[in-house]
Amino acid sequence: MNPSAVDLTTSYLGLTLRSPLIASPSPLTGDVDSARRLAVAGVGALVLPSLFEEEIVAEELSLTAALEAGAGVNPEATNYFPPVEGATLADRYLANLERIKSAVDVPVIASLNATSVGAWSRYAELVARAGADAVELNVYRVAANPQFAAADIETADLELIADVCAKAKVPVAVKLSPYYSSMAHFVHQVIGAGAAGLVLFNRFYQPDIDLETMDVECRLQLSTRVELGLPLRWIAMLRPQVPDSVSLAATSGVHEGKDAAKALAVGANAVMMTSELLRLGPERVAGVETELRSWLAEHEYDSAAQLRGSVSRVTAEAGEAFERANYMATLRSWVGVGAGPGR
Amino acid sequence: MAYALSEVISLYPITPSSPMGEHADDWAAAGVPNLFGEVPDIVEMQSEAGAAGALHGALQKGTLATTFTASQGLLLMVPNMFKIAGELLPAVIHVAARSVATHALSIFGDHSDVMSVRSTGWAMLSSATVQEAQDLALVAHAATLTSRVPFLHFFDGFRTSHELSSVTPLEHEDMAALIDTRAIEELRLRGMSPDHPDVRGTAQNPDVFFQGREAASPFYREIPGIVAHAMEELAQRTGRRYGLVEYVGAPDADRVVVLMGSGCGAVEETVEVLRARGERVGMIKIHLFRPFPSAELIAALPRTVKRISVLDRTKEPGGVGEPLYLDVRAALDEAMDAENPPFAAAPHVVGGRYGLSSKEFTPGMAKAVFDDLAAEKPRRHFVVGVNDDVSLSSLAWDPEFTAPRPEGELQAMFFGLGADGTVGANKNSAKIISDGTGKHVQGYFVYDSKKSGSMTVSHLRFGPQPIRSTYLITAADFVACHSHGLLDRVNVLEWAKPGATFLLNSPYPVDEVWERLPDPVRRTLVEKRVELWVVDAQRIAAEAHMGTRINTVMQVCFFALSKVLPVDQAIADIKGAVVKTYGRRGQTVVDHNIAAIDSALAGLTRVLPVEAAVTGADDSASVRDFSDASRFVREVTSVLIADRGETLPVSAMPADGRFPSGTARYEKRAIASEIPIWDPVICSDCGKCAIVCPHAAIRMKVYAPEALAEAPAEFPSKVFRSKELTGHLLTIQVAPDDCTGCGLCVEVCPARSKTEARHKSLNLEPVLEHSDVERTRWDFFQTIPELDRSLLAHNTVKGAAVLEPLFEFSGACAGCGETPYLKLISQLFGDRLLIANATGCSSIYGGNLPTTPWSANRQGRGPAWANSLFEDNAEFGLGIRIGLEAQQRAARTLLHGLSAAVGEPLADAILGATQADEESVFAQRERIVSLKERLAVLSPAGNALARQAAQLNVLADSLVRKSVWIVGGDGWAYDIGFGGLDHVLASGRDINVLVLDTEVYSNTGGQASKATQRGAVARFAASGKGTPKKDLGATGRAYGNVYVAQVAIGANDVQTIKALMEADAWPGPSLVIAYSTCIAHGIEMSTSMTHQKDAVRSGYWPLYRFHPTVEEVGEPLTLDSREPSIPVSEFVNSEVRFSSLARSDPDRSRDLMKLLERDAAERWRYYSQLAGVHRTLVSDGVEDEPEEDGEGADGSAPAPAVATDREVKP
Repeated sequence: MNPSAVDLTTSYLGLTLRSPLIASPSPLTGDVDSARRLAVAGVGALVLPSLFEEEIVAEELSLTAALEAGAGVNPEATNYFPPVEGATLADRYLANLERIKSAVDVPVIASLNATSVGAWSRYAELVARAGADAVELNVYRVAANPQFAAADIETADLELIADVCAKAKVPVAVKLSPYYSSMAHFVHQVIGAGAAGLVLFNRFYQPDIDLETMDVECRLQLSTRVELGLPLRWIAMLRPQVPDSVSLAATSGVHEGKDAAKALAVGANAVMMTSELLRLGPERVAGVETELRSWLAEHEYDSAAQLRGSVSRVTAEAGEAFERANYMATLRSWVGVGAGPGR
Repeated sequence: MAYALSEVISLYPITPSSPMGEHADDWAAAGVPNLFGEVPDIVEMQSEAGAAGALHGALQKGTLATTFTASQGLLLMVPNMFKIAGELLPAVIHVAARSVATHALSIFGDHSDVMSVRSTGWAMLSSATVQEAQDLALVAHAATLTSRVPFLHFFDGFRTSHELSSVTPLEHEDMAALIDTRAIEELRLRGMSPDHPDVRGTAQNPDVFFQGREAASPFYREIPGIVAHAMEELAQRTGRRYGLVEYVGAPDADRVVVLMGSGCGAVEETVEVLRARGERVGMIKIHLFRPFPSAELIAALPRTVKRISVLDRTKEPGGVGEPLYLDVRAALDEAMDAENPPFAAAPHVVGGRYGLSSKEFTPGMAKAVFDDLAAEKPRRHFVVGVNDDVSLSSLAWDPEFTAPRPEGELQAMFFGLGADGTVGANKNSAKIISDGTGKHVQGYFVYDSKKSGSMTVSHLRFGPQPIRSTYLITAADFVACHSHGLLDRVNVLEWAKPGATFLLNSPYPVDEVWERLPDPVRRTLVEKRVELWVVDAQRIAAEAHMGTRINTVMQVCFFALSKVLPVDQAIADIKGAVVKTYGRRGQTVVDHNIAAIDSALAGLTRVLPVEAAVTGADDSASVRDFSDASRFVREVTSVLIADRGETLPVSAMPADGRFPSGTARYEKRAIASEIPIWDPVICSDCGKCAIVCPHAAIRMKVYAPEALAEAPAEFPSKVFRSKELTGHLLTIQVAPDDCTGCGLCVEVCPARSKTEARHKSLNLEPVLEHSDVERTRWDFFQTIPELDRSLLAHNTVKGAAVLEPLFEFSGACAGCGETPYLKLISQLFGDRLLIANATGCSSIYGGNLPTTPWSANRQGRGPAWANSLFEDNAEFGLGIRIGLEAQQRAARTLLHGLSAAVGEPLADAILGATQADEESVFAQRERIVSLKERLAVLSPAGNALARQAAQLNVLADSLVRKSVWIVGGDGWAYDIGFGGLDHVLASGRDINVLVLDTEVYSNTGGQASKATQRGAVARFAASGKGTPKKDLGATGRAYGNVYVAQVAIGANDVQTIKALMEADAWPGPSLVIAYSTCIAHGIEMSTSMTHQKDAVRSGYWPLYRFHPTVEEVGEPLTLDSREPSIPVSEFVNSEVRFSSLARSDPDRSRDLMKLLERDAAERWRYYSQLAGVHRTLVSDGVEDEPEEDGEGADGSAPAPAVATDREVKP
């Protein structure tokens, strides 16, 4: 089989993508030049960096505070800036979206990072109007308030998702955290709320501590291949449970063509990448695609579709391993100090 | 008008004209076309001289060009003004007329600037009101085109330039109607062109120059007719009729006052009152001042006039009289000499001065002028408005005399704090009322001289008639006090009219309000039957997430109480204004404001007086204590601090402008709401807090334990950790009433609690909970003796922080990035420091009355400070240095001569002292004490050496080494003063230059300078500066013998200290460029040290020291910062000056950011290369001073400078 003859097309959120490899939100997808390079390198779609509600508010407040700080204090200077007009963060996001959309020939997915009901449905409409082919909704929260039960949080999240799905004129994928108590149950409710797909999972950057200054530091840490396990397990379990019309995308830990192959095998419609591209540049997409094609060709697959879902909870030979059993197996795989996992 | 009628606008900022240029720049950035459909080209120049040069060039090319200026700025244009007029080039300069600096700088209004250019050949047209400033601007532009003579259009700085007033706008059609397009075509045809070449600006000889000068006379004869014609056309179109000279008053007046400018309003009102009383009075308002309209003046005067008083808003010391007076007299004289004299008997003419530097000019003063004219012998050269108890020239006036207010008018006064939004809200209210009622409005805003915690007073008038009152309100129907704390500082009800309404923002529960009021306020409330309403605006604003911005709450309450509009309509309009102001920035701030507006009325409550609680006692809560102050401070400064400077007579003022140092400490402004409180347990003794404090309000003292003998209970201290100095204690103490609460000390404090990381050794806590205790502690702390300066090395942060600051409690912005450097040089060299300070922020917080932060130590020594101008500071500082050296030479010569008499060992020791370090400077100072003792013995009359001894006694102190510093901002160093700075650096002299580089003209409101970085938005660079920042250090480095350092105290404090000490020690020129965070950067000032760190980490601001060396393999440049570790974008995106461009023009922002990144990368690459370059200081072995003992004039090491003519011995 000639690798170039392998058909990589996939359907994601009702969109037909030329490749399952999607560039997930990063500075690369937010810049016209690098977005164009990603498209040239062969991504199936790209997801823009998230529009954060907090950022929009913070920008507005800090700008106003800075502009007003010296105003009306001194006879020589009524203030210190020319009139600061123009686009808000959200306006700029939309303008950038339009620019990127017109610069690339692949679907462009807008990403919203939501914390509250209301504001986001407006942006969901606006991004669609600006040309987004779909919306990726990040439901991100750190449930640190002891007054809220798990059910309260799930209810609030579902309200938000339903609100956005109802208002968005394009399909909505919901990017979830892995921390829901009953993931499968919740996923079904998310689908019920109108989601056309799920992106699994949101990778949280955990704050670090600088031991010299004792300050809390937020630093970007790139993913490693080890992290792929979590999405693999869940996609494998969810694929047989959810309708075919619901797209599943794997994210976290995809660095090579083989990683993509694994994600497809458990049933992912699309495979998202960031860290590898940040490390090696947009052109790395082409390399991963070549690796994927080669693997498929070597293993005599005609298409990615053929591979998709072949190793899910239901279709795998020992599919139960995706559930609790694999915990025991993992523990027993340890062969001794200094030896590392026995594989 | 100027924008609409110009193609080229050259600019340079100067108060109060800057807003004209700023508007022009804003409009151009927004693409607003002029009358001809083009966007004018706006070019900011390096000085007003440059702006005039560019104007001249644009005119010679045949374009329509203008500029705006005032004061010294206008004087810098003088040479070009002569040229432009001499070449009959039509142009207009619009001048917001301002005092020219004499014994002091003043930014306020009078005619001393415009009167200084009356010989340049420019026609001069004066506007007295805001409406006139618009209308006559058009007349000036129209008349210059027709007449070819350039016009100077002027109006009073601040009083007219900054007054908010309802005007009827002129439309483009009006302008088009007055502008002669054929004249524009002719202008273009006369413009320089190689297609029809000619030569201009020739040099002429005695044979023809004079004739050439006279050749233009006919053009001047045409001007009155041309101006009158333009005025008539304007009247035809608008109904607003102006004359070259206007008469108002009784047709049969026997007394007439002549003047021009905003003072006309007060005189006109007075004329009406006096006429109503049956007095035959009138006034002449002059619009055209040059060419002087003699015929029109004579024609306008009633034939009945017997006496004329001419008022000038300028002073011409030594003249027969002021300019307008002389002109009127001469015009009358000539008229009376003519064939048909206009008057049966020549009127008696007197003249006087009024209103210098925006001094109030009221109807009471105008009446005094009329009254004096009625006296048997009117005063000839009087002043009115001040009490001149020195020359006894002043007219007494009745402050109670007022013009009756028109029916239906409301006068309101608002006392606010600078940062609370009061001024903005009042401007907004005026607009709402004007739009909503069609009433005429007038707003005038008075500020104090501080940049932090300043008080603002807004004077608003609303009425059915046009408002002519060009003076402050003295009978307010409504008074609002937006800050309870102001009640202790000023008598806010002094100008409340009986029965007025008083709105107070009070943080106290309603039932406590009355007892919380200072007694004088309660007394006035009762005596004047003032209705008191309170609202806790702070709480309401805070609940609406508005922080300290109480403006909208107070605005709603004002409308509710004043009933100037139906309250519902007012609220709807306020909300509309909020949406208009903030809507473009997003919804959050709009929501916050709306929430504050909606809850305002519920919090408004009437408080009834409790008469029993009113006592006669004055229990002002002032913490000011003048008991240890000099007589001058007690009798003069204290009055200024109390905001009653108006009451001081002429005799109270130093005639030469010299004021005592060390007065800021008496202000006790108590403006902080939170102050740092020290936890000694955690303190690591690092001294960073004291080094970084912009206000010297947090101090570090190290002392022997015995010093605590009389300490108040629980006075905090800890053992001082030091290898050099054991057995000492340390205290970090805040001056609670001088702290601005900026929080920088807390931000830089590195010492954290082991158990709670957020608790540092310094923590901001509410001032109300701590001020009493901290006041007691601060009082005691001041009595602890300063540590012997020799006990700790000064080149460490700890060692420098302990040194006594001789720059304290400045009124700079809270968190100012400039003042820590000044404080540091005062700590390191303060007792031998001479400072030449360029005009700018540092001269304002350094020397704007009432007080100065420059102070002295217990021995009475401290920095001697002076400001000359903006443009000449380097030269001024060099002059100080040269003067010092002259004195040193004279002293050395005298000492040589007296060597035997005073004792050769002492004389030799003094003459041979190297004074390389502070210890030897101190030793020299001791020797000078001995010298003076011996000179005293020689001094008695009759002693043969008495005269020389007396001369040496006066000069002896100059033999102690001095440190001369030339201080200024980037506007000075990079732009207006650059030529001089370059020359002074080239001089090889032992001077030190400190550039406080905020990368923008901070003082005048954030205009771009050549220090502004690429991509930054600034005034005059509204679309982002497209060109890179100049490498000023390169200028110094290029000479090879100049010490140059680039520092940022927040990034590397030790490097800053080292650089300043090395600069001082370097016997030639030194240039230290100091990164200074500024409110104009659009940052949270409490985090400014982090911004400095990031500026350095990103390579935006590399740190280096260039120390010229004589070593063959020496590498003079040391890079003190590491290779960039964060992208420049990460640093700049956190500052509004950069991020705002991403909003207004994202594409341009992206492009400029890329270039800025490259600028930084290239700078780093270049400096890295320079750091490896060997460069040898060229020394020809010729010493700096022709002294046989081979030292500098003050005994310091000779400057190993490159040879100059001066240094080469014949």
